[in-house]
Amino acid sequence: MAEKIPVTVLTGYLGAGKTTLLNRILSEDHGQKFAVIVNEFGEIGIDNDLVVGADEEVFEMNNGCICCTVRGDLIRIIEGLMKRKGKFDAIIVETTGLADPAPVAQTFFVDADVQDAARLDAVVTVADAKWLAERLKDAPEAKNQIAFADVIILNKTDLVSAEELEEVEARIRAINPYASLHKTVKCAVPLEAVLGRNAFDLDRILAIEPEFLKAEEKHDHDHAHHDHDHHGHGHHAHEHETHGLKHYHDEDMQSVALSLDGDLDPEKFMPWLNEYIQKEGASILRSKGILAFKDEPQRFVFQGVHMILDGDLQREWRPDEKRVSRLVFIGRNLKQDEIREAFLRCAA
Amino acid sequence: MAQSTTSLTANVTPFEAGAPVTAVAFLGDVPALALGDGAVLLMGPGGAQRIAAHPDAAILVAAKAGEKLVTGGDDGRVMLIGGDGGAQEIAYEKGKWIDALAAREDGAIAWSTGKQVHARDAKGEIKTFAAPSTVRGLAFLPKGYRIAMAHYNGASLWFPNASAAPEVFEWKGSHLDITISPDGRFLLTSMQENALHGWRIADKKDMRLSGYPAKSRSLSWSFDGQWLATSGADAGVIWPFKDKEGPMNKAPQECGARRAKVASVAFHPNALVVAQGYDDGWVLLCRLPDAAEILVRGNREGAEAAITALAWDRAGRRLLFGTADGKAGLLDMPA
Repeated sequence: MAEKIPVTVLTGYLGAGKTTLLNRILSEDHGQKFAVIVNEFGEIGIDNDLVVGADEEVFEMNNGCICCTVRGDLIRIIEGLMKRKGKFDAIIVETTGLADPAPVAQTFFVDADVQDAARLDAVVTVADAKWLAERLKDAPEAKNQIAFADVIILNKTDLVSAEELEEVEARIRAINPYASLHKTVKCAVPLEAVLGRNAFDLDRILAIEPEFLKAEEKHDHDHAHHDHDHHGHGHHAHEHETHGLKHYHDEDMQSVALSLDGDLDPEKFMPWLNEYIQKEGASILRSKGILAFKDEPQRFVFQGVHMILDGDLQREWRPDEKRVSRLVFIGRNLKQDEIREAFLRCAA
Repeated sequence: MAQSTTSLTANVTPFEAGAPVTAVAFLGDVPALALGDGAVLLMGPGGAQRIAAHPDAAILVAAKAGEKLVTGGDDGRVMLIGGDGGAQEIAYEKGKWIDALAAREDGAIAWSTGKQVHARDAKGEIKTFAAPSTVRGLAFLPKGYRIAMAHYNGASLWFPNASAAPEVFEWKGSHLDITISPDGRFLLTSMQENALHGWRIADKKDMRLSGYPAKSRSLSWSFDGQWLATSGADAGVIWPFKDKEGPMNKAPQECGARRAKVASVAFHPNALVVAQGYDDGWVLLCRLPDAAEILVRGNREGAEAAITALAWDRAGRRLLFGTADGKAGLLDMPA
């Protein structure tokens, strides 16, 4: 099978700066050709050869899985784009501000033809530094978009004070501590922060390890990139002095990180995971794990979107590597203690 | 492979199409290939001729309209291409893709962009209808000027010249391709969920034709209208439609079972032989009564990419095929 085309999904609430980011990606001198799938075709100026209007038709799969919604238009468009194979290098899907990212992501796991042709690279969410905190209160879509993200572009930082920025960052981290976060003005991020992330690639779960379970210690190392910003008023400089993030607890959306030193019994773990996902899948937005199974020399890695799980043996545990099983769920009203107990009972 | 397999590979002339093949057809005697680079390749007696039907675009769909080929592109154009290389623009839907297309012997054409369905009769008069959701498949009914369309949650039958609302056939899910039995009794769609759905048109009785490991995107009726060959499994799956109840409560025939999926099927125009193209580039002819197989294209012919299109000429003496990686071949049946 030929190389799969990487797909980047751009989400973000209305007015956050998705189109700015999109145009920035397209106008940069990267030598790549993009096929861009946009909503509300024709309303915004996008300077690209291959722009396709989508109608965001979401439908439920007829397979008994209630949250297996997919984007029918995406399936159709990707099928059509494949007829032009070789004429573009990557696909960018822009969603409407009110869209739930799940059906877009699920399309890449559920449809076999799409899966053969393309792979989801990352969900990139643009958030408005000034208004996100408000939207998190009144717009469930905004919260979903943050929870779902692999990369968060916290934009319009020039419109808020350092304290406000810290506040909104803490709000984001309360929902999703695992995404890489970039603070920007006019979505000025290096392209590699957004494209080629391989965030959905099982082989790359490895790459997120330094951030895996270490959310609280995480610092933002991206300031250097913004020094060239036209609007850099130097308020970034203050951030380095405000050590440590504020901690918030989001009442309805949280992440649960689990860790177990040593091996899991796959005979116990897999049935539990499947049952849990079947039961609570509607409230679990994302899940990821790196697991050590008893008598298995290789790491088992998986990730999921709602009820859909994708997992495989990845590579041998290295001799100098501690066999630790780790698991993360991001979702709504997760019963942390219950999950932890059940997980620990799966120890080998 | 079964030992009874014989080979016609020596009778195949391979050639380069130069771009992924969307559809193939014979325009009179001229083999024609609609391509992903927007061109139509004509393999006439005077040599290959490349018609830039959709410059800088891709042909997404194509169908035979009489002795011409009608193509729909992601440039929003519907073009009519003759075997002599003549090209005529039928429609231009700026900024849209032509998602589905159907045509018939008298030259009538139907196409869709999103929810919009357009019907153009043989005289050139165009009528338009807005479907309840995006249309993925179109077909003409064998009798009368009536068009079947597949969309979300069912299918509709539309008389472009009547003001009456289309007749709706409901079944939850996303319906893709659509076909009508040659006797006009059954309506079938391929679905997102690796199954076909069917209705008996007279009473809308549902039937579900399932068991496929992949989507069934290629459907072909036998010349006598009694069999429907379908892709999507590791054998050709051929459903019986002879009886009043159609295939209900009957098992399909299977032929050409291999360790690869059938990607494209085409029944012979006057024999119970089906040409099957596989997703690994093989092509087999399978005879229905005894499931005998003849190899048309196999490993040694550089096969790898899926067969995306297959077509017989009118006499059933030649078979044209094309692949997802721009290869093609023409089989001349031995006399």
